[in-house]
Amino acid sequence: MGRELLSIEHLTKRYGDLTVLEDLSLTVQEGQVIVIVGPSGCGKSTLLRCINALEPIQGGIIKLDGQEIDRDTKKLPELRQKIGMVFQSYDLFPHLTALDNITLAPIKVQKRKKAEVEAEALQLLERVGLKDRAGDYPRQLSGGQKQRVAIVRALCMHPEIMLFDEVTAALDPEMVREVLDVLLDLAKQGRTMLIVTHEMQFARAVADQVIFLDGGQIVEQAPPDQFFEHPKTQRAQKFLNTFTFETIKNHGGNDYENQA
Amino acid sequence: MDIAVIRSYLPLFQEAGWLTLRLGLMGIALAIVVGLICAAVHYWRIPVLNKIVTVYIEISRNTPLLIQLFFIYYGLPKLGIRTNPAACGVAGLAFLGGSYMSEAFRSGLESVATIQRESAMSLGMTNGQTFRYVILPQAMSVSVPPFVANVIFLLKETSVFSAVSLMDLMFTAKDLIGLYYNTTESLFLLVLCYLVILLPVSLLGSLLERRLRYAGFGV
Repeated sequence: MGRELLSIEHLTKRYGDLTVLEDLSLTVQEGQVIVIVGPSGCGKSTLLRCINALEPIQGGIIKLDGQEIDRDTKKLPELRQKIGMVFQSYDLFPHLTALDNITLAPIKVQKRKKAEVEAEALQLLERVGLKDRAGDYPRQLSGGQKQRVAIVRALCMHPEIMLFDEVTAALDPEMVREVLDVLLDLAKQGRTMLIVTHEMQFARAVADQVIFLDGGQIVEQAPPDQFFEHPKTQRAQKFLNTFTFETIKNHGGNDYENQA
Repeated sequence: MDIAVIRSYLPLFQEAGWLTLRLGLMGIALAIVVGLICAAVHYWRIPVLNKIVTVYIEISRNTPLLIQLFFIYYGLPKLGIRTNPAACGVAGLAFLGGSYMSEAFRSGLESVATIQRESAMSLGMTNGQTFRYVILPQAMSVSVPPFVANVIFLLKETSVFSAVSLMDLMFTAKDLIGLYYNTTESLFLLVLCYLVILLPVSLLGSLLERRLRYAGFGV
C-alpha cells in the first residue's frame, strides 16, 4: 500500500443533541478500497458527507494529502475536486445531457479544453457501456444508467479518492449489478475508494478493509474474509446475521419465531 | 355603434395605450428587480433583511393597488416628498409586483433539490458557479409560468392608474363617456386596446412555457 491519502482524527459530528459520529479515527492509504457497513442510521453516510465538508463537524480533523478539509477554508472547492462523490439518489443535473453533466465541472471549474474533456468523457462512457447514451437527458435513462453516468461525472474530475454513498440502494435489483461491476472495475484500476453499501457479497469481493460502523463508532475493522467469517464483536455478528436466511423446511411449525 | 366616433376616438386611445404600456413595462421591469432581490434575500436567508422582506411581501400582496397608489400619491407629499403621477404609477406597480415576482422566483429556486447543490459543490464548484450553472437554469423552468402570469396581471392592474389622474386607457374611456355619452364606442375601444396589448404577451408567454417544457427538464 502507498502513502496515506486521507486521515480522519477524532471526528465528532452532532445534530443538536444527537451524536452521530463520536471520536472516530480512520486512515485511508492510496489505492485502498475500504467498505463501510453497518445498520441504518449508524452514521455511514454522515461520515462520507463530513469528508466532503457537506456537513459541519463539531470536533476532530479531516485531512486529504496533508491539507485540512475545513468548511471555512477558501480552498474548499479546490479540495473537493480531489474527492469524487456519488450519492444514493442519482443526482444528475436534469437540464443537461449525460455528456454535459460529465463535462460541466471539468470545463467550468478546472478550465480544461472542451474537446479534450469530451473525448475523455466519451471514453469513460464507453467503458461503462453508455457511449451511445451521451446525448440523452437524465429522464431518458434508467436508474442504473444514471448512476453510471454519475460515476463517470465524478471520475472525469480526476479525483484522488472516491466516495460512494449507497449508490445501489435506490436501484431495482437487476440494475444493481451493472453499477457494482463499474465499481469493481475501478477497484481493479487501483483507485482509492470509500464505499458505503448494504451489498455484503459485493463488499467482500471489493474491499481491502471492511469497517463496521455502529452507534457512530468504528466497532470493527478487518480484512473482508476475516470480518465476514469470524466477526469479533457481538454487534457485528448480530448485524451480519440479519443478512442470512435459514431455510424454513417445516412450514407448519413455529420455526419462524425461533429464528427471529 | 358609430364608426365615425370610433375613428375620431382612436388617436386618444392610441396615446393612452402607449402610456399604459410604457408605465406598465417600466413598473414591471422595476418589479422584476425588486423581486429578484427579495427572492435572493429569502433564498440565502440573509438575517434581518429576510424579516423585512417577509413583512413587505405580506403588506404588498394583501392590500389593493388602488390603496397603495393613494398612499404614494397623497401620502408621500405629506412627508415632504414631491412626486408626479407617472412616477407614482410606476412605483405603485413595482411595489405590488415586486412581491409577486419574488414569490415566482422563490418557488423556482426552492423547487431545486438540495442534492443538486450538494452534488455541484462536491464537484468543486463555488457557490457562484453552482448557482449559475445548476440552480438557476432549473429554477427558471419552474418560474416562467408564474412569471408570465404576473406580467399579464400587472399590465391589467394598470387600469387603476386613472385614480391618480394618469391619462391611461381607463381614464380616457371614462373621460370620453362623461363628455359625450358614447358609452358603447368608448368601452369597445377600451376592451380592444387591452386585448391588443395583452394577447401578444399571453401568446409569447405560452410559447416560452412550451419551449421550456421541451427543453428536457424534469427528472
